Amino acid sequence: MTLRAIRVIPCLDVDHGRVVKGVNFVDIRDAGDPVELAIRYDEQGADELVFLDITASSGERDTTVDMARAVAEQVFIPFTIGGGIRVVDDARRLLRAGADKVSINTAAVKRPELIAEISREFGAQCCVVAIDARRSDTASGFEVYTHGGRTRTGIDAVVWAREVERLGAGEILLTSMDRDGTRDGFDIALTSAVSDAVNVPIIASGGVGTLDHLVDGVVAGGADAVLAASIFHYGEHTVAEAKETLLAAGVTVRPPGA
Amino acid sequence: MPVAASENRPVVAILDYGIGNLHSAHKGFAAVGADAQLTDDPKIIAEADGVVLPGVGAFGPCMQALRDHGLDSVARERIDAGVPFFGICIGMQVLFAGSQEAPGENGLGIFPEMVRELPDTVKRPQMQWNRLVTESDTHPMLEGLGDDPWMYFVHSYAAEPNPYVVASCDYGTDVVAAVARDNVWACQFHPEKSGLAGLRVLANFVDTLRTRG
Repeated sequence: MTLRAIRVIPCLDVDHGRVVKGVNFVDIRDAGDPVELAIRYDEQGADELVFLDITASSGERDTTVDMARAVAEQVFIPFTIGGGIRVVDDARRLLRAGADKVSINTAAVKRPELIAEISREFGAQCCVVAIDARRSDTASGFEVYTHGGRTRTGIDAVVWAREVERLGAGEILLTSMDRDGTRDGFDIALTSAVSDAVNVPIIASGGVGTLDHLVDGVVAGGADAVLAASIFHYGEHTVAEAKETLLAAGVTVRPPGA
Repeated sequence: MPVAASENRPVVAILDYGIGNLHSAHKGFAAVGADAQLTDDPKIIAEADGVVLPGVGAFGPCMQALRDHGLDSVARERIDAGVPFFGICIGMQVLFAGSQEAPGENGLGIFPEMVRELPDTVKRPQMQWNRLVTESDTHPMLEGLGDDPWMYFVHSYAAEPNPYVVASCDYGTDVVAAVARDNVWACQFHPEKSGLAGLRVLANFVDTLRTRG
Protein backbone atom coordinates (compact mmCIF):
# COMPACT_ATOMS: atom_id res chain seq x y z
CA MET A 1 0.00 0.00 0.00
CA THR A 2 1.53 3.21 -1.09
CA LEU A 3 0.54 6.49 0.36
CA ARG A 4 -0.33 8.77 -2.52
CA ALA A 5 -1.39 12.14 -1.20
CA ILE A 6 -3.21 14.42 -3.61
CA ARG A 7 -2.02 18.04 -3.54
CA VAL A 8 -4.41 20.98 -3.46
CA ILE A 9 -2.92 24.03 -5.16
CA PRO A 10 -4.41 27.53 -5.25
CA CYS A 11 -3.34 29.54 -8.28
CA LEU A 12 -2.76 33.30 -8.15
CA ASP A 13 -2.41 35.62 -11.13
CA VAL A 14 0.22 38.30 -10.64
CA ASP A 15 0.93 41.46 -12.63
CA HIS A 16 4.00 43.53 -11.80
CA GLY A 17 4.44 41.54 -8.59
CA ARG A 18 0.87 42.16 -7.41
CA VAL A 19 -1.96 39.64 -7.21
CA VAL A 20 -4.79 40.56 -9.58
CA LYS A 21 -8.32 39.33 -10.32
CA GLY A 22 -9.96 40.28 -7.07
CA VAL A 23 -8.92 37.91 -4.38
CA ASN A 24 -11.52 38.46 -1.73
CA PHE A 25 -10.72 37.25 1.76
CA VAL A 26 -12.49 38.80 4.66
CA ASP A 27 -10.27 40.89 6.93
CA ILE A 28 -7.38 40.94 4.52
CA ARG A 29 -5.29 44.07 4.69
CA ASP A 30 -3.99 44.07 1.13
CA ALA A 31 -5.68 41.74 -1.36
CA GLY A 32 -2.90 42.38 -3.86
CA ASP A 33 -0.02 41.36 -1.61
CA PRO A 34 1.27 37.97 -2.74
CA VAL A 35 3.01 37.36 0.56
CA GLU A 36 -0.09 37.96 2.66
CA LEU A 37 -2.20 35.73 0.40
CA ALA A 38 0.41 33.01 0.35
CA ILE A 39 0.55 32.99 4.14
CA ARG A 40 -3.24 32.78 4.24
CA TYR A 41 -3.33 29.80 1.90
CA ASP A 42 -0.49 28.12 3.81
CA GLU A 43 -2.53 28.49 7.00
CA GLN A 44 -5.55 26.91 5.27
CA GLY A 45 -3.48 23.87 4.38
CA ALA A 46 -2.49 24.54 0.76
CA ASP A 47 0.12 22.00 -0.30
CA GLU A 48 1.75 24.24 -2.88
CA LEU A 49 1.09 27.52 -4.60
CA VAL A 50 1.26 28.51 -8.26
CA PHE A 51 1.83 32.13 -9.27
CA LEU A 52 1.01 32.87 -12.87
CA ASP A 53 2.83 35.98 -14.07
CA ILE A 54 0.72 37.94 -16.56
CA THR A 55 3.03 40.95 -16.71
CA ALA A 56 2.85 41.93 -20.37
CA SER A 57 6.30 43.38 -20.84
CA SER A 58 9.31 41.14 -20.33
CA GLY A 59 11.36 44.22 -19.43
CA GLU A 60 9.27 44.63 -16.30
CA ARG A 61 9.56 41.14 -14.93
CA ASP A 62 12.12 42.10 -12.30
CA THR A 63 9.04 42.70 -10.17
CA THR A 64 8.27 38.97 -10.40
CA VAL A 65 11.75 38.05 -9.20
CA ASP A 66 11.32 40.46 -6.29
CA MET A 67 7.97 38.84 -5.53
CA ALA A 68 9.52 35.35 -5.51
CA ARG A 69 12.12 36.59 -3.06
CA ALA A 70 9.52 38.17 -0.78
CA VAL A 71 7.34 35.05 -0.79
CA ALA A 72 10.29 32.76 -0.09
CA GLU A 73 11.27 34.89 2.92
CA GLN A 74 8.02 34.16 4.70
CA VAL A 75 6.28 31.16 3.17
CA PHE A 76 7.62 27.69 3.79
CA ILE A 77 5.68 25.56 1.34
CA PRO A 78 6.73 24.89 -2.26
CA PHE A 79 5.73 27.42 -4.89
CA THR A 80 5.89 27.56 -8.67
CA ILE A 81 6.13 30.60 -10.91
CA GLY A 82 4.94 30.44 -14.50
CA GLY A 83 4.57 32.95 -17.30
CA GLY A 84 7.11 34.71 -19.47
CA ILE A 85 9.96 32.23 -18.96
CA ARG A 86 11.73 32.03 -22.33
CA VAL A 87 15.32 31.09 -21.62
CA VAL A 88 17.26 29.20 -18.94
CA ASP A 89 18.38 32.46 -17.41
CA ASP A 90 14.76 33.48 -16.73
CA ALA A 91 14.32 30.23 -14.81
CA ARG A 92 17.61 30.67 -12.99
CA ARG A 93 16.67 34.10 -11.67
CA LEU A 94 13.34 32.87 -10.29
CA LEU A 95 14.82 29.73 -8.72
CA ARG A 96 17.69 31.70 -7.21
CA ALA A 97 15.17 34.12 -5.74
CA GLY A 98 13.51 31.21 -3.94
CA ALA A 99 10.90 29.71 -6.28
CA ASP A 100 10.90 25.91 -6.09
CA LYS A 101 9.71 25.29 -9.62
CA VAL A 102 9.17 27.19 -12.83
CA SER A 103 6.40 26.48 -15.30
CA ILE A 104 6.95 26.95 -19.02
CA ASN A 105 4.34 26.89 -21.74
CA THR A 106 4.53 28.82 -25.03
CA ALA A 107 8.33 28.93 -24.96
CA ALA A 108 8.46 25.13 -24.62
CA VAL A 109 6.24 24.68 -27.68
CA LYS A 110 8.36 27.10 -29.68
CA ARG A 111 11.65 25.53 -28.58
CA PRO A 112 11.20 22.15 -26.84
CA GLU A 113 14.91 21.94 -25.96
CA LEU A 114 14.21 24.55 -23.27
CA ILE A 115 12.60 21.76 -21.22
CA ALA A 116 15.75 19.65 -21.40
CA GLU A 117 17.94 22.64 -20.63
CA ILE A 118 16.04 23.61 -17.48
CA SER A 119 15.71 20.00 -16.36
CA ARG A 120 19.41 19.31 -16.85
CA GLU A 121 20.54 22.43 -15.08
CA PHE A 122 18.18 22.49 -12.11
CA GLY A 123 16.68 19.00 -11.99
CA ALA A 124 13.39 17.66 -13.35
CA GLN A 125 11.68 18.44 -10.05
CA CYS A 126 12.03 22.18 -10.87
CA CYS A 127 10.63 21.89 -14.37
CA VAL A 128 6.87 22.08 -14.79
CA VAL A 129 5.48 22.16 -18.32
CA ALA A 130 2.09 23.81 -18.63
CA ILE A 131 -0.10 22.42 -21.40
CA ASP A 132 -3.16 24.39 -22.46
CA ALA A 133 -5.48 22.17 -24.50
CA ARG A 134 -8.79 22.39 -26.32
CA ARG A 135 -11.03 19.77 -27.87
CA SER A 136 -10.09 19.44 -31.50
CA ASP A 137 -9.69 16.96 -34.33
CA THR A 138 -6.15 15.82 -33.52
CA ALA A 139 -5.55 12.11 -32.76
CA SER A 140 -6.50 12.17 -29.09
CA GLY A 141 -9.21 14.77 -29.62
CA PHE A 142 -7.23 17.44 -27.76
CA GLU A 143 -4.93 20.04 -29.26
CA VAL A 144 -2.24 22.18 -27.66
CA TYR A 145 -2.88 25.93 -27.66
CA THR A 146 -0.43 28.68 -26.76
CA HIS A 147 -0.56 32.37 -25.93
CA GLY A 148 -3.16 31.92 -23.23
CA GLY A 149 -5.37 29.68 -25.34
CA ARG A 150 -5.57 31.95 -28.38
CA THR A 151 -3.16 30.26 -30.77
CA ARG A 152 -3.64 26.72 -32.03
CA THR A 153 -0.51 24.72 -32.72
CA GLY A 154 -1.75 21.62 -34.55
CA ILE A 155 0.09 19.54 -31.93
CA ASP A 156 -1.82 16.73 -30.27
CA ALA A 157 -1.96 17.21 -26.49
CA VAL A 158 -1.27 13.57 -25.59
CA VAL A 159 1.64 13.34 -28.03
CA TRP A 160 3.02 16.58 -26.60
CA ALA A 161 2.63 15.32 -23.01
CA ARG A 162 4.72 12.24 -23.84
CA GLU A 163 7.30 14.44 -25.53
CA VAL A 164 7.67 16.85 -22.60
CA GLU A 165 8.09 13.89 -20.24
CA ARG A 166 10.80 12.49 -22.51
CA LEU A 167 12.56 15.87 -22.57
CA GLY A 168 12.70 16.00 -18.77
CA ALA A 169 9.56 17.71 -17.48
CA GLY A 170 9.06 16.78 -13.84
CA GLU A 171 5.38 17.56 -13.83
CA ILE A 172 2.59 18.64 -16.20
CA LEU A 173 0.16 21.44 -15.40
CA LEU A 174 -2.76 20.54 -17.65
CA THR A 175 -5.41 23.19 -18.32
CA SER A 176 -8.56 22.71 -20.34
CA MET A 177 -9.06 26.00 -22.16
CA ASP A 178 -12.60 24.87 -23.01
CA ARG A 179 -13.44 24.68 -19.32
CA ASP A 180 -11.25 27.46 -17.94
CA GLY A 181 -13.49 30.07 -16.36
CA THR A 182 -16.69 28.07 -16.93
CA ARG A 183 -17.01 26.54 -13.45
CA ASP A 184 -18.35 23.40 -15.14
CA GLY A 185 -15.62 21.16 -13.73
CA PHE A 186 -12.40 19.72 -15.15
CA ASP A 187 -12.44 18.19 -18.63
CA ILE A 188 -12.16 14.65 -17.28
CA ALA A 189 -11.56 13.05 -20.68
CA LEU A 190 -8.57 15.34 -21.20
CA THR A 191 -7.21 14.77 -17.69
CA SER A 192 -7.42 11.00 -17.90
CA ALA A 193 -6.08 10.84 -21.47
CA VAL A 194 -2.93 12.66 -20.40
CA SER A 195 -2.51 11.02 -17.01
CA ASP A 196 -2.82 7.58 -18.64
CA ALA A 197 -0.15 8.49 -21.18
CA VAL A 198 2.65 9.66 -18.88
CA ASN A 199 4.24 8.77 -15.55
CA VAL A 200 5.04 12.26 -14.31
CA PRO A 201 2.52 13.86 -11.94
CA ILE A 202 -0.43 15.71 -13.52
CA ILE A 203 -1.90 18.87 -12.04
CA ALA A 204 -5.48 19.21 -13.30
CA SER A 205 -6.62 22.75 -13.98
CA GLY A 206 -9.45 24.68 -15.58
CA GLY A 207 -13.14 24.75 -14.76
CA VAL A 208 -13.42 24.09 -11.02
CA GLY A 209 -16.70 25.48 -9.73
CA THR A 210 -17.50 23.17 -6.81
CA LEU A 211 -15.51 21.09 -4.36
CA ASP A 212 -16.92 17.91 -5.92
CA HIS A 213 -15.15 18.86 -9.13
CA LEU A 214 -11.86 18.39 -7.28
CA VAL A 215 -12.89 14.84 -6.35
CA ASP A 216 -13.80 14.12 -10.00
CA GLY A 217 -10.41 15.32 -11.20
CA VAL A 218 -8.67 12.84 -8.92
CA VAL A 219 -11.01 9.85 -8.96
CA ALA A 220 -12.20 9.97 -12.59
CA GLY A 221 -9.37 11.98 -14.13
CA GLY A 222 -6.43 10.37 -12.33
CA ALA A 223 -4.85 13.72 -11.43
CA ASP A 224 -2.07 13.84 -8.84
CA ALA A 225 -2.85 17.40 -7.88
CA VAL A 226 -5.76 19.78 -8.36
CA LEU A 227 -5.43 23.48 -9.05
CA ALA A 228 -8.14 26.05 -8.61
CA ALA A 229 -8.39 29.80 -8.44
CA SER A 230 -11.78 31.45 -8.14
CA ILE A 231 -13.42 29.04 -5.68
CA PHE A 232 -10.67 29.87 -3.20
CA HIS A 233 -10.11 33.52 -4.01
CA TYR A 234 -13.66 34.71 -3.62
CA GLY A 235 -13.98 33.18 -0.19
CA GLU A 236 -16.55 30.59 -1.34
CA HIS A 237 -14.44 27.77 -0.03
CA THR A 238 -11.25 27.39 1.95
CA VAL A 239 -8.50 24.95 1.08
CA ALA A 240 -9.38 23.18 4.32
CA GLU A 241 -12.95 22.62 3.07
CA ALA A 242 -11.57 21.29 -0.21
CA LYS A 243 -9.48 18.81 1.70
CA GLU A 244 -12.39 17.75 3.92
CA THR A 245 -14.40 17.03 0.76
CA LEU A 246 -11.56 15.00 -0.75
CA LEU A 247 -11.07 13.06 2.49
CA ALA A 248 -14.80 12.32 2.71
CA ALA A 249 -14.61 10.90 -0.82
CA GLY A 250 -11.82 8.55 0.23
CA VAL A 251 -8.99 10.54 -1.35
CA THR A 252 -5.80 10.79 0.71
CA VAL A 253 -4.60 14.32 1.36
CA ARG A 254 -2.45 15.97 3.98
CA PRO A 255 -5.21 16.76 6.48
CA PRO A 256 -5.91 20.41 7.18
CA GLY A 257 -4.13 21.40 10.34
CA ALA A 258 -1.47 18.66 9.99
CA MET B 1 5.02 31.41 10.39
CA PRO B 2 8.40 32.85 11.31
CA VAL B 3 9.34 32.43 14.92
CA ALA B 4 10.56 35.54 16.68
CA ALA B 5 14.32 35.61 17.02
CA SER B 6 15.41 35.34 20.61
CA GLU B 7 18.52 37.02 21.93
CA ASN B 8 20.36 33.74 21.76
CA ARG B 9 20.86 33.25 18.05
CA PRO B 10 23.20 30.32 17.46
CA VAL B 11 25.28 30.53 14.31
CA VAL B 12 24.24 27.93 11.76
CA ALA B 13 26.63 27.54 8.85
CA ILE B 14 24.78 26.36 5.76
CA LEU B 15 27.31 24.81 3.43
CA ASP B 16 27.24 26.61 0.08
CA TYR B 17 28.61 24.36 -2.62
CA GLY B 18 27.05 26.32 -5.44
CA ILE B 19 24.26 24.08 -6.67
CA GLY B 20 20.60 23.78 -5.85
CA ASN B 21 18.25 26.13 -4.10
CA LEU B 22 20.12 26.58 -0.85
CA HIS B 23 18.34 29.83 -0.05
CA SER B 24 15.22 28.11 1.24
CA ALA B 25 17.19 26.32 3.94
CA HIS B 26 18.91 29.60 4.76
CA LYS B 27 15.60 31.44 5.13
CA GLY B 28 14.08 28.58 7.11
CA PHE B 29 16.83 28.59 9.73
CA ALA B 30 16.71 32.38 9.92
CA ALA B 31 12.96 32.19 10.49
CA VAL B 32 13.39 29.95 13.54
CA GLY B 33 15.85 32.29 15.19
CA ALA B 34 19.28 31.14 14.02
CA ASP B 35 22.01 33.40 12.76
CA ALA B 36 22.05 31.50 9.46
CA GLN B 37 25.06 31.98 7.21
CA LEU B 38 25.29 30.56 3.71
CA THR B 39 29.02 29.99 3.32
CA ASP B 40 31.90 27.90 2.02
CA ASP B 41 34.43 29.68 4.24
CA PRO B 42 36.15 27.05 6.46
CA LYS B 43 36.82 29.66 9.13
CA ILE B 44 33.14 30.60 9.50
CA ILE B 45 32.16 26.94 9.41
CA ALA B 46 34.73 26.07 12.09
CA GLU B 47 33.32 28.69 14.43
CA ALA B 48 29.64 27.93 13.82
CA ASP B 49 27.51 26.35 16.54
CA GLY B 50 25.92 24.00 14.03
CA VAL B 51 26.46 22.97 10.42
CA VAL B 52 23.80 22.24 7.78
CA LEU B 53 24.31 20.41 4.51
CA PRO B 54 21.29 21.16 2.31
CA GLY B 55 20.75 20.11 -1.25
CA VAL B 56 18.67 19.24 -4.23
CA GLY B 57 19.85 17.53 -7.38
CA ALA B 58 21.80 14.34 -7.86
CA PHE B 59 24.26 12.41 -5.68
CA GLY B 60 27.23 12.51 -8.08
CA PRO B 61 27.22 16.24 -8.88
CA CYS B 62 26.61 17.01 -5.20
CA MET B 63 29.69 15.05 -4.04
CA GLN B 64 31.70 16.56 -6.88
CA ALA B 65 30.68 20.09 -5.90
CA LEU B 66 31.45 19.41 -2.24
CA ARG B 67 34.95 18.28 -3.20
CA ASP B 68 35.45 21.23 -5.54
CA HIS B 69 34.70 23.57 -2.63
CA GLY B 70 36.78 21.52 -0.20
CA LEU B 71 33.66 21.03 1.86
CA ASP B 72 33.72 17.23 2.01
CA SER B 73 36.70 17.29 4.38
CA VAL B 74 35.34 20.31 6.27
CA ALA B 75 32.05 18.49 6.84
CA ARG B 76 33.76 15.31 7.98
CA GLU B 77 36.03 17.26 10.31
CA ARG B 78 33.10 19.11 11.96
CA ILE B 79 31.20 15.85 12.39
CA ASP B 80 34.25 14.20 13.98
CA ALA B 81 34.59 17.21 16.29
CA GLY B 82 31.10 16.49 17.62
CA VAL B 83 29.49 19.65 16.25
CA PRO B 84 25.72 19.29 15.64
CA PHE B 85 25.28 18.56 11.94
CA PHE B 86 22.11 18.40 9.86
CA GLY B 87 21.84 16.93 6.35
CA ILE B 88 18.77 17.63 4.21
CA CYS B 89 17.63 15.61 1.15
CA ILE B 90 20.72 15.06 -1.01
CA GLY B 91 22.62 16.45 1.98
CA MET B 92 21.34 13.41 3.86
CA GLN B 93 22.12 10.95 1.10
CA VAL B 94 25.78 11.97 0.81
CA LEU B 95 26.24 11.13 4.50
CA PHE B 96 25.86 7.47 3.49
CA ALA B 97 28.52 5.21 1.99
CA GLY B 98 27.37 5.65 -1.60
CA SER B 99 24.39 5.63 -3.93
CA GLN B 100 22.99 3.52 -6.69
CA GLU B 101 22.56 6.84 -8.52
CA ALA B 102 26.33 7.32 -8.83
CA PRO B 103 28.15 3.98 -8.84
CA GLY B 104 31.78 4.29 -7.81
CA GLU B 105 31.22 7.64 -6.13
CA ASN B 106 31.89 7.51 -2.38
CA GLY B 107 29.69 9.37 0.06
CA LEU B 108 30.95 10.71 3.37
CA GLY B 109 30.26 7.35 5.01
CA ILE B 110 28.95 8.65 8.34
CA PHE B 111 26.23 6.06 7.92
CA PRO B 112 27.65 2.81 6.50
CA GLU B 113 24.62 1.85 4.40
CA MET B 114 23.86 2.64 0.76
CA VAL B 115 21.29 4.86 -0.95
CA ARG B 116 19.03 3.04 -3.40
CA GLU B 117 16.45 3.92 -6.03
CA LEU B 118 12.79 3.85 -4.98
CA PRO B 119 10.99 0.71 -6.21
CA ASP B 120 9.75 0.82 -9.81
CA THR B 121 6.21 0.11 -8.62
CA VAL B 122 5.77 3.78 -7.61
CA LYS B 123 5.98 7.11 -9.43
CA ARG B 124 9.47 8.54 -9.27
CA PRO B 125 10.27 11.02 -7.95
CA GLN B 126 8.07 10.90 -4.91
CA MET B 127 6.90 14.51 -5.16
CA GLN B 128 4.29 15.01 -2.48
CA TRP B 129 3.61 15.45 1.18
CA ASN B 130 3.79 12.22 3.13
CA ARG B 131 3.08 11.21 6.71
CA LEU B 132 6.00 10.28 8.91
CA VAL B 133 5.87 7.06 10.86
CA THR B 134 8.06 7.68 13.85
CA GLU B 135 9.93 5.25 16.05
CA SER B 136 8.43 4.67 19.48
CA ASP B 137 10.92 6.92 21.28
CA THR B 138 10.55 10.30 19.69
CA HIS B 139 13.93 11.64 18.67
CA PRO B 140 14.61 15.28 19.63
CA MET B 141 14.53 16.09 15.88
CA LEU B 142 10.81 15.34 15.84
CA GLU B 143 9.83 16.68 19.23
CA GLY B 144 6.56 18.59 19.41
CA LEU B 145 5.28 17.29 16.10
CA GLY B 146 2.55 14.99 17.33
CA ASP B 147 1.91 11.46 16.17
CA ASP B 148 1.81 11.79 12.42
CA PRO B 149 3.51 14.89 11.06
CA TRP B 150 3.36 15.44 7.30
CA MET B 151 6.43 16.58 5.39
CA TYR B 152 7.19 17.49 1.77
CA PHE B 153 9.33 15.02 -0.18
CA VAL B 154 11.01 15.30 -3.58
CA HIS B 155 13.31 12.37 -4.29
CA SER B 156 13.87 9.28 -6.40
CA TYR B 157 16.46 7.63 -4.14
CA ALA B 158 16.45 6.85 -0.43
CA ALA B 159 18.73 5.32 2.19
CA GLU B 160 18.33 1.59 2.67
CA PRO B 161 16.92 0.44 6.03
CA ASN B 162 19.45 0.97 8.80
CA PRO B 163 19.75 1.05 12.60
CA TYR B 164 19.72 4.86 12.72
CA VAL B 165 16.19 5.42 11.40
CA VAL B 166 14.06 7.79 13.50
CA ALA B 167 11.21 8.14 10.99
CA SER B 168 10.04 6.53 7.80
CA CYS B 169 7.17 6.99 5.37
CA ASP B 170 5.10 4.67 3.22
CA TYR B 171 5.87 4.96 -0.49
CA GLY B 172 5.89 1.60 -2.22
CA THR B 173 7.90 0.35 0.69
CA ASP B 174 9.04 1.70 4.04
CA VAL B 175 11.08 4.69 2.92
CA VAL B 176 13.72 6.02 5.30
CA ALA B 177 12.66 9.59 6.07
CA ALA B 178 15.03 10.60 8.87
CA VAL B 179 18.10 9.22 10.60
CA ALA B 180 20.24 10.29 13.53
CA ARG B 181 23.58 9.14 14.89
CA ASP B 182 25.11 11.02 17.83
CA ASN B 183 25.60 14.63 16.69
CA VAL B 184 24.44 13.98 13.13
CA TRP B 185 20.80 14.41 12.12
CA ALA B 186 19.51 14.00 8.60
CA CYS B 187 16.19 13.93 6.80
CA GLN B 188 15.09 12.96 3.31
CA PHE B 189 12.16 15.41 3.31
CA HIS B 190 12.48 19.19 3.01
CA PRO B 191 11.75 20.71 6.43
CA GLU B 192 12.28 24.16 4.91
CA LYS B 193 9.33 23.46 2.58
CA SER B 194 7.06 21.61 5.00
CA GLY B 195 5.19 24.50 6.57
CA LEU B 196 4.94 24.83 10.33
CA ALA B 197 5.77 21.17 10.96
CA GLY B 198 8.98 21.52 8.98
CA LEU B 199 9.97 24.74 10.72
CA ARG B 200 9.54 22.88 14.00
CA VAL B 201 12.21 20.39 12.90
CA LEU B 202 14.59 23.25 12.11
CA ALA B 203 13.75 24.87 15.45
CA ASN B 204 14.48 21.60 17.25
CA PHE B 205 17.97 21.59 15.73
CA VAL B 206 18.56 25.22 16.71
CA ASP B 207 17.33 24.42 20.24
CA THR B 208 20.00 21.76 20.64
CA LEU B 209 22.59 24.40 19.75
CA ARG B 210 21.22 26.70 22.45
CA THR B 211 21.23 24.08 25.20
CA ARG B 212 24.67 22.97 24.12
CA GLY B 213 26.07 26.51 23.97
